[in-house]
Amino acid sequence: MFNLTRLLQTLTDALSLGSLYALIAIGYTMVYGVLRLINFAHGEIFMIAMYIVFYGISLFVLPWYVTFALTILITALLGTLAERLAYRPLRSAPRISILVSAIGVSYFLQNLATVLFGGRPLNFPQIPLFTDVLIIGEIYIQRLSLIVPVVTAVLLLLLLLLIKRTRTGMAMRAVSRDYDAASLMGIDLNRTIAITFFIGSALAGVGAIMWGMEDTRIRPTIGSMPGIKCFIAAVLGGIGNTGGAVLGGLLIGFIEIVTVALFPSLSGYRDAFAFIVLILVLLVKPTGLLGEKTTEKV
Amino acid sequence: MTKMKKSSVVLTCLLLLLLSGALAFIDGNASQYIVRITRLCAINIVLALSMNLVQGFTGIFSLGHAGFMAIGAYSVALLTIPVAKKETIFMLEPLIAPLDTLTLPFGVALIIGGVLAAAAAFLIGLPCLRLRGDYLAIATLGFSEIIRILITNAQCVTNGAQGLKSIPKTADIWWCYGIALVVLVFIALLVSSSYGRALKAIREDEIAAESMGISLLRHKMLSFMISAFLAGVGGGLYASYIGTIGPDVFQISRTYDILMIVVMGGMGSITGSVLAAFIVTIGQEWLRVLDGPLPFLPFWPENGVSGMRMVVFSLLLLIIILFFRNGLFGHKEITWSSVGARLSALSGHAHKEVTKP
Repeated sequence: MFNLTRLLQTLTDALSLGSLYALIAIGYTMVYGVLRLINFAHGEIFMIAMYIVFYGISLFVLPWYVTFALTILITALLGTLAERLAYRPLRSAPRISILVSAIGVSYFLQNLATVLFGGRPLNFPQIPLFTDVLIIGEIYIQRLSLIVPVVTAVLLLLLLLLIKRTRTGMAMRAVSRDYDAASLMGIDLNRTIAITFFIGSALAGVGAIMWGMEDTRIRPTIGSMPGIKCFIAAVLGGIGNTGGAVLGGLLIGFIEIVTVALFPSLSGYRDAFAFIVLILVLLVKPTGLLGEKTTEKV
Repeated sequence: MTKMKKSSVVLTCLLLLLLSGALAFIDGNASQYIVRITRLCAINIVLALSMNLVQGFTGIFSLGHAGFMAIGAYSVALLTIPVAKKETIFMLEPLIAPLDTLTLPFGVALIIGGVLAAAAAFLIGLPCLRLRGDYLAIATLGFSEIIRILITNAQCVTNGAQGLKSIPKTADIWWCYGIALVVLVFIALLVSSSYGRALKAIREDEIAAESMGISLLRHKMLSFMISAFLAGVGGGLYASYIGTIGPDVFQISRTYDILMIVVMGGMGSITGSVLAAFIVTIGQEWLRVLDGPLPFLPFWPENGVSGMRMVVFSLLLLIIILFFRNGLFGHKEITWSSVGARLSALSGHAHKEVTKP
């Protein structure tokens, strides 16, 4: 049970899954930061990205790098489009309306995917460069498991640079700090929010490519569970905080993999862990692990 | 419902009489299919009113309806399926001790289902209702999925993915509409009571409500638990209505169906929810045409596109929230005086305009 091989194997799996969760959670936390909106459609945009890869490689036989670039671009545009059409008109409406709208987009995309792509699972294309299995000593690792954390780390670094060092990033921080004041200071809200959606959705696209290669069976409902879990991850780390989303994602990944490794009989309940952790953390620390305490002023 | 006018009382009684006459007619003469849809309308009224209480009147966003329904549905199923049938249903693992020899009357089972759903709501609400509304949305959504995971895995109670069949179809048209009426009256009394006014105050401005001395947690919890109770009862009715349940029946799309009704009727309008329950339930049946062949459209596949119905349905939800955000009635209600004003305006006797707020 407690041998080194098994331990390393488990930790690699956990790191890989956790990084994927982190990538998707960033999209939730960024959008929540600027709009105070749970973007329910994020999981569905993530799902559509997988189908784009499938059609790019399996149907149009494009090289993988072209497909990946196209996927990320289309996904990012799709996210931005959803904001433009379904969220922007409701920005001044009661908050419940925009939440319903987000649910509408999510439900619509899922139903549309069922009609367009069929309800049966499709086999995600395998790309040897990523999906080959490496054998190090006695450990069997898909190359992907090592690539995922590296990609996530690099993207996170770039994102943090963008947020901390560029004017756009400064605008994003300003909008998330105080929406109205930011617009009074001459910040173009529409542009800043659109960019936020673009980046968040692009990251979901990257996440989807790697998720597809690990999961291998894609179906229209594939985005729902990761969607819920990653929002939970973002809340866990402190919603609105990019570092917190990564921490939350990694934490949920580790908890899921390690618990199942220690107690295999619990594997059926795996999807429930994130939720239980959320409830426990909220009881102790309502703003999440890295969240700031905010008081609402009148 | 402060002091109704005498004429309103008479009119309401007449309407009820008329409706029960219509129901008796449908029950006796209409086809099985029509009777089923009519019953579903009543179940959806119960579910929509229960969701409207939290979403529309309290202004908190709960997405756990499918989960609460599942609790109610499984309670009713496990407590009403005859003992002999239970043995044949639980093939893989026998049902655990007290449940395997226990059957209760349908009404009692419904209430137990509702109480269990309310208890679940209490457990979720305790950590989440103290925080911003969004946390409740995601926690209830997660809960609703977890209930399905529990149902799939707890073989010895729920029979796992095989589900439960031969649930007695006790919920006839009279059960469904009887309960819908009780719930309707209860919600109407609740929202016009001091509790209801407190809930509306919370909806309009939490901070202002709190500084007026309204306990946010207590009132939100009350509203959330009552809503869960009613959703559990609605789920129990639904179980008896379809006769066979499994984890897949209570997917999150069930919640979205109810959300559609609430949004269409107007978040915060009881009469709106009732009317929209009929429109959406019957409309969903009509939309079935879209799944079949549409010969008048060129390029449409000969055998139709299955799933098209849901695409249109979700698109309609989006259109309503984007362009008709207040739904049919917004916060307003249909009352006899509003109907009267509308009628006299139509007939031209009264020249004064119907004032709009």
